[in-house]
Amino acid sequence: MTLAVDVQQTLGGFVLDARFTSRRGVTALFGPSGSGKTSLIRVIAGLSKPQRGSLLIDDQVLVDTENEIFVPAHRRHFGYVFQEGRLFPHLSVRQNLNYGRWFAPKSARIGDFQHIVDLLGIGGLLDRRPGTLSGGEKQRVAIGRALFAGPRLLLMDEPLASLDDPRKAEILPYLERLRDETSTPIVYVSHSTAEVARLADQVVMMHNGRVEAVGTTAEILAGFSFLSSDRREAGAVLSGVVETIDAVHRLATIRLSAFQLIVPTAQVEAGATVRLHIPERDVMVATMRPEGLSALNIVEGRVASIEADGEGMVRVRIRCGDDIVLARITALSAERLALKLEEPVFAVVKTVALER
Amino acid sequence: MDWLQLSDEEWTAIRLSLWVSAVAMTVSLPFGILTAYLLARGRFWGKSILNGLVHLPLILPPVVTGFLLLVVFGRRGVVGSFLDQYLGIVFSFRWTGAALACGIMGFPLMVRSIRLSVEAVDHKLEEAARTLGAGPAWVFVTVTLPLILPGIIAGMILAFAKAMGEFGATITFVSNIPGETQTLSAAIYTFTQVPGGDAGAMRLTIVAIAISFTALLASEFMAYLVGKRVHVE
Repeated sequence: MTLAVDVQQTLGGFVLDARFTSRRGVTALFGPSGSGKTSLIRVIAGLSKPQRGSLLIDDQVLVDTENEIFVPAHRRHFGYVFQEGRLFPHLSVRQNLNYGRWFAPKSARIGDFQHIVDLLGIGGLLDRRPGTLSGGEKQRVAIGRALFAGPRLLLMDEPLASLDDPRKAEILPYLERLRDETSTPIVYVSHSTAEVARLADQVVMMHNGRVEAVGTTAEILAGFSFLSSDRREAGAVLSGVVETIDAVHRLATIRLSAFQLIVPTAQVEAGATVRLHIPERDVMVATMRPEGLSALNIVEGRVASIEADGEGMVRVRIRCGDDIVLARITALSAERLALKLEEPVFAVVKTVALER
Repeated sequence: MDWLQLSDEEWTAIRLSLWVSAVAMTVSLPFGILTAYLLARGRFWGKSILNGLVHLPLILPPVVTGFLLLVVFGRRGVVGSFLDQYLGIVFSFRWTGAALACGIMGFPLMVRSIRLSVEAVDHKLEEAARTLGAGPAWVFVTVTLPLILPGIIAGMILAFAKAMGEFGATITFVSNIPGETQTLSAAIYTFTQVPGGDAGAMRLTIVAIAISFTALLASEFMAYLVGKRVHVE
């Protein structure tokens, strides 16, 4: 599936001007509040009309303002999960789930009701009314309702934003399973680095109604600190395979392209593919292999780039095999170490977080 | 307790009143829903004129409404002569005319009640239905209509009660013919106009109170049932 978006829309004083192409998997529309993410996903859903532009899914034209083509929302067969659930209060959970099935084309009907109900853990809620559900339960039912309509594309507009942290933690695993177990591509709106790092394959970075960057999750989140004020979260996102688990020390060894990382963890299984987040401020750079350090992870690599941010800090990209590790150090440190491109260095990784 | 015994004429008036009110309520309901929806959601030229027209029977003296109905829907009226000639529908001095007068008098009350509930419907739920594949007509039937049901029930009860009590417009438009257009209210009025009619007037008054009270209880009960289903968060 390919979704090609090229739309312009003016809403009051706000101008949305977005252009990107998305492939399979999860595409995150990522950016601060007010950057136009929701306006854009509404245009994709057909809930609002762009003043100019085009929207294509594979070869089918959904919007083409020049030829006055506009396929209305109910004929697009996209699922939409709203921030606030929007369950129908006059229907039971089961009826809410079945709602989209009445209108789905026969070919798109999902046969396995039970599988999705189990996937979302909503089997016990079927005969209840939406008014009696908790926030997290409502959101899971809303996701199920969108899925049962047999969508070609699933749109999710900050589905976790209205929930507190424990509820988020409750739903995120379901979203991951959804990504891994169904073939439906997903467009996911979020302003949370953690959610994007964990779920997305591709990121469309938005700011002030415009697309600032499009790339893989690792690329975009690595460059994130220069685009956002939220520097704490910037860092490398890597994916690897769990090799061994040390139950005594509660550590897992994760194999990446050319090296291994030891990560503190409680519950992962050997052989599972996981994502790791290495915050750039938690990486030190050394020109010789350091000894007598508490850090478990010391990775050898070569300097791929050195960028100064003009505020006394420098970001060093260190290439280790096919992966890039980022380090944020002071300009003074960079000078003292006399870092040069392609020189061998050691990245001392203080913390690695398993994205969950 | 002999004086409580209802005569045949009185029974006829009661039956006629119930029938006329029920017909007035039922026939005006689709128009009421449509008008309420247009006024709540529509954006069109002349919306305030439509709003004014709908409310006119509420403001005008009922006799004036009755007279206007006579002018328009009477046998020689513009619309009345057309309906008579081409569709064979006659309003003047028939029970159908009584139902028309009652329906028109109750219409503003019905529209107001339904309009308020349409305005209270969360537009976001209708959007959600659209993303699930429901076209405009299905959205209306499966989401909007169930959500405005309490307003519709309240509007129907109001229109029914108004029709039961309607007197001025009816008597002006279709007169007071026993068995054809003499409703409960008109029958009570007739009793008060003849010497010794007080007992009859009292009997019918008790019946009117009973009917009104039953209608009120029925509406409360239906609102309770619907409210239990439509638990709005």
